[in-house]
Amino acid sequence: MTTLTVPARPEQDASLRPVPWRRMAWVTWRQHRFALAGVAALLGALAVWLWLEGLHAHHAYAAAANCHPASSGACGTLVGYFLTYVSTAQTIAIVLQAVPALIGAFVGAPVLAREMETGTFRYAWTQGFGRWRWTLAKLVPLAIAVAAAGGAFSVLFSWYYQPFFAQTLSFNAQVPLDAGVFDLRGVAFAAWTLAAFAIGALAGMLIRRVVTALAATLAVYTGLALAAGLYLREHYLTPLLVKNANPPRFAWVISQQWYAKGGQPVSQSALSQVLQQGAPQLAGGKGGIPQDDPTVNQYLAQHGYTLWTTYQPGSRFWPFQWIEGGWLLALSVLLIAATVWLVRRRAA
Amino acid sequence: MNMNVVEASGLGKRYGGTWALRECTLAIPAGHVAALVGPNGAGKTTLLNLAVGLAEPSAGAVTVLGGRPAGSPAALDGIAFVAQDTPLYKNLSVADMLHVTRNLNRRFDQPYAQARLAELGIPLNRRAGKLSGGQQAQLALTLALARRPRLLLLDEPVAMLDPVARHDFMALMLTAAVDDGVSVLLSSHVLTELERVADYLILLSRGRVQVAGEVDDLLASHRVLTGPAAEAGRYAERPVVHVRRGETQAHLLVRADADDPVPPGWEAYPVGLEELALAYLREPGAVALPGPVRGQALPLDTGEPSEVTR
Repeated sequence: MTTLTVPARPEQDASLRPVPWRRMAWVTWRQHRFALAGVAALLGALAVWLWLEGLHAHHAYAAAANCHPASSGACGTLVGYFLTYVSTAQTIAIVLQAVPALIGAFVGAPVLAREMETGTFRYAWTQGFGRWRWTLAKLVPLAIAVAAAGGAFSVLFSWYYQPFFAQTLSFNAQVPLDAGVFDLRGVAFAAWTLAAFAIGALAGMLIRRVVTALAATLAVYTGLALAAGLYLREHYLTPLLVKNANPPRFAWVISQQWYAKGGQPVSQSALSQVLQQGAPQLAGGKGGIPQDDPTVNQYLAQHGYTLWTTYQPGSRFWPFQWIEGGWLLALSVLLIAATVWLVRRRAA
Repeated sequence: MNMNVVEASGLGKRYGGTWALRECTLAIPAGHVAALVGPNGAGKTTLLNLAVGLAEPSAGAVTVLGGRPAGSPAALDGIAFVAQDTPLYKNLSVADMLHVTRNLNRRFDQPYAQARLAELGIPLNRRAGKLSGGQQAQLALTLALARRPRLLLLDEPVAMLDPVARHDFMALMLTAAVDDGVSVLLSSHVLTELERVADYLILLSRGRVQVAGEVDDLLASHRVLTGPAAEAGRYAERPVVHVRRGETQAHLLVRADADDPVPPGWEAYPVGLEELALAYLREPGAVALPGPVRGQALPLDTGEPSEVTR
């Protein structure tokens, strides 16, 4: 067989049909099925836990909420029983904060880092499929898979957490906008999982070592999640102001500040002095005044001071979800595009 | 057969401040098993990486298979590359490696691959990571050949193999080259193997091309002269590539063909490929390149070295 007698002309080859995308689907599945199975196992185990915990919590809540008369001792016992579920719920919420980071680190980071570390990129990128198409055909389906898994899981979490937002029972309920639970519900959890995966993929391409890329993913994700929860989220929409200590139900209180008659802000230490002089029995420590103490607030109001509360109303839950989901999606697309670009231009 | 399977003009690659390869101009005609020889760090891997598109040139350009830009879809469609240490997905079975390679390419000769693996005694259900080093290399080569490439590039394919595995690997490669007309470019620093397989030689040294040409032409245009050590310095009839002095006798590798007169008191011997390569490797300043090398436009049909400098 002589294949070289007729040299191929480049213009003929230019019209060569590329290898179809769908053929990469099998490759991606074959190589990452264990990672995806790991995600399924992790989320599955957590889902079973949530489901069982949730059934009991919902039961206890229904019993407590439907108890009449509410002031009776029997009802108090039921409420107390329901409240035993609150600390578990808070633990679960903390545990779940780590889930997107783990998925990003263990699924996202190895996709390229392992190829670079073991040298198999020299095999993969010299096949006929083409290397940027190969990268895209790996990252996009995996990104969609982990985001979908995250989204499905957060539906279950939303159901599970419902009773703990109820403010009808006498405990200091969380509001849906609170940093600890906001990003576990709605579209945010799927978006954070997607972003973690994209961070992992880019870290893997930049660092080229699985373990280091994995650690970097965890670190970057944690930094981003903290920045979003502590600084970014409260600025999604201009906060509202109310002239007392009690914003409406489900409001997320961002800050409270006392103002003097003239409208200038008063520091905590100045207020503390006022209390020390006028009502020493109300004054707290040196650093400031007792927070959320109605007697203190009443005393200061009587003496011409005004408390302004900055808050985000609970009705902004879904707008905030879409804003957070939106920028995380944009960030993820950007990170994946950057990864593909790096693969395309990388010098071996 | 007038196509050049690899063409480089002024090709250079710089990593940080150091040039791994520079001013590399060469054209390897189709139909050869070309050996890329040089000491470690001479730029062999860099040249191959540039030719398959794994690296981007810092200077110049490189094309394969008659003008296809390195790394382009058209280029990747017609070449197959087996990288150093033959990387494979160690946790995939042999059958899965075949499947992956089949899915990643427009052509894949599954019956050929299966027949070859059966001959080699490589079980399809074994994981690639559990194969011996020789078997992994054979699997990588089989995967590459089953793509039915027209150019096969191999980076130090036998460096890690024992002599038997090395022999088997070269045999499989030569069969493909002879029976299927696959052009081959393989890099190696194991000179002994090359004498048997290579009919085209490219010698790289310190990032530059030192020798390039068909082995037969190179051997025909070089001779070893043996004579009194005292007269070695006075020999000036033909350019001397390398001088090896003994107690009484000196051995000169010179650019000369069989018809050249031999000085009185001297004897002439034909040179072997290994000896020729070694002599040039010891003299990085000596060059034997085809034609006045100016650019890729020049046809490289003779392979006749026209210039030797000392």
